Amino acid sequence: MEAYIRGIGIVSAQKTFNTHDFLSEPIEYNTNSMHCIEPVYTEFLNPVLARRMGRIIKMGIAASSVCLKDAGVEMPDAIITGTAFGCHEDTEKFLLSILDNDEQFLTPTSFMQSTHNTVSSQIALQLKCMNYNFTYVHKGFSFESALLDGLMTLAETDAQNVLVGGHDEITDKHFAISKRVGCWKEESIPSMDIINSKTNGSVSGEGAAFFVLSNEESEKNYAKLIGVNMIFEPENEKEVETKIIALLKEKNLSPSDIDCVMYGISGDVRFDPIYYNLMNSLFQESTSVYFKHLSGEYQTSGSFALWEAAMILKTQTVPGSILIGKNKKERIKNVLIYNTYMNTYHTVSLLSQC
Amino acid sequence: MTELMDQLKEQIILQLNLEGMKKEDIDNDSSLFGGGLGLDSIDALELIVLLEKNYGIKIANPADGKKIFQSIRSMAEFIEANKK
Repeated sequence: MEAYIRGIGIVSAQKTFNTHDFLSEPIEYNTNSMHCIEPVYTEFLNPVLARRMGRIIKMGIAASSVCLKDAGVEMPDAIITGTAFGCHEDTEKFLLSILDNDEQFLTPTSFMQSTHNTVSSQIALQLKCMNYNFTYVHKGFSFESALLDGLMTLAETDAQNVLVGGHDEITDKHFAISKRVGCWKEESIPSMDIINSKTNGSVSGEGAAFFVLSNEESEKNYAKLIGVNMIFEPENEKEVETKIIALLKEKNLSPSDIDCVMYGISGDVRFDPIYYNLMNSLFQESTSVYFKHLSGEYQTSGSFALWEAAMILKTQTVPGSILIGKNKKERIKNVLIYNTYMNTYHTVSLLSQC
Repeated sequence: MTELMDQLKEQIILQLNLEGMKKEDIDNDSSLFGGGLGLDSIDALELIVLLEKNYGIKIANPADGKKIFQSIRSMAEFIEANKK
């Protein structure tokens, strides 16, 4: 199963929205929680409808709208999203309203907007799209599950273009609760120092990224997505290596064919050694890049990584802000993304140049 | 009555998240639904909850809703007539 990435729309903590610029001016934060740079929504949303929508719904609609326009696709044959927490802000509103009002006086809006599939359904409503619509809620596998479904939909149905996205938002309450269980750093840290961090926890993040996957060859295509794999709680680093080699073998590739590897280094000293192990074993000859110092950590951050990988392949450039060590390759033909969320959900995505 | 109408406008702006709107922008006698403020059926549910939560008034007959929610003035008159 393979598919071309035809269009991209992404809202992130970087200047990625509605532009083909590739990190020419990366934004450096000094924080333990990164938030998205939000677009002006009036261009994408009717203000009467927008007033009921939470932040992540608006981000999702704006990102998907730009993505479809970028791809030149008016009506996708499927809308498939992945999210770990869905519409967190509205879920909190609804639950707090239950508590504050002693389970009385519940209003419909927060309830209606708090379900995990609200973003994909609102996109469908905006487009009047009656095609296949599915949302995967699989924690750290959510986005990759959506990608896999996108690939299968293209391979096994008549679909030509499918819209696939990943989205998650961070709220103050969620940040505070997950910080107490050790997810995030206690201290603020400059973005470019995340890679050298020796403390527990990462920098929280959020984002909404959409991709049009297509069967059709075109000069507009960014890259070709050729494989996705998910590994749940691997026993050790060897198991990860074995599964990566197996995925490469399926595609008639070996580690030496991988020109660039994108690692999910998050600055969490508990988990980052996993990446360095891979860097110093299978992929010593590959260019190494990373992404979470720009996006923050969230369970669908693989969608930000996919954008970064697609842009590397399309532009054949590796910005200095994402490079680890030296760029070892003049031409980048194959990129492998390896990411883990809390050493529980491990994902591998494989892309090649069109 | 003027004070109640101003209070209602503030509550409606907050409850329905009418971004960028001030109470001065809402006319006491303009229609809340359709052409006026452009509210819809989901907003009607929010207004029913608002009356119950803030004023302790339940609308016994749903058919009365159209008349009660005609305008800010009609809502205020209904509250005045029914408040406990």
